[in-house]
Amino acid sequence: MEATDLIGLLVIGGAAGVVSGLVGVGGGVLFVPGLVLFLEQTQVEAEATSLFAVVGVAAVGAYRQGGYGNLRLRDGLLVGVLSPLGVVVGTVVANEAPERALQISFAALQLFFAYRLARRAMRSGEEAPSGA
Amino acid sequence: MPSRRLRLVGIGTAAGAFSALFGVGGGTVIVPLLIFWLAYEDREATGTSLAAIVVIAALGAGAHALYGNVDPLAGLLIGAPAVAGVLAGTALQQRLPERFVSTAFAVLLVTSATVLVLS
Repeated sequence: MEATDLIGLLVIGGAAGVVSGLVGVGGGVLFVPGLVLFLEQTQVEAEATSLFAVVGVAAVGAYRQGGYGNLRLRDGLLVGVLSPLGVVVGTVVANEAPERALQISFAALQLFFAYRLARRAMRSGEEAPSGA
Repeated sequence: MPSRRLRLVGIGTAAGAFSALFGVGGGTVIVPLLIFWLAYEDREATGTSLAAIVVIAALGAGAHALYGNVDPLAGLLIGAPAVAGVLAGTALQQRLPERFVSTAFAVLLVTSATVLVLS
């Protein structure tokens, strides 16, 4: 590995962590391309290694949010423990429906969420702050 | 409306399904659904999403490890700066307006949707 690759990994890792802390995602969206680009991992290796890294990052982030009073641990653990049910559903759907249709459906769902979140943010800006 | 418990079941199932279908993205559905279905505040939704992701990622990484796909050294190399980043990100989030998260999340979703359609 060259020095530039190492620097690239550190920068993209740090950026993924900041995004993770700010918006509550795992950071895989940056880890996976970073590992492919700088360590020449295959897509599967990168997804696997990314999940491994996400465990530590999300644990530290959740712990800190607990300290700030922004964690409902029982709800979070319940969602996590139930996710394998969804993995089965997702795997079945992936084998029944065309991939392109799934991608476009998911993109549409994300845009719908984005619209609702943006509208929510703007609407609350007009009102008095709800207090934190 | 279904009960609170049933809605949490729905969110867990959706998170698992989307991560199985698209490789990443538990968090991209957990955060909005906690806000819209369970009336979470922005910061609470992100903190609780991270706790769910710990479990989801641990299960996924464990399954991948059985096939020998996990490179722990590489994971530490990219994960160590990310741990520093998440400390900075969570601290920064407390100092930003409550609705910043909704706005930032909307931007992330639009980016993700664009990448998905163009890929």
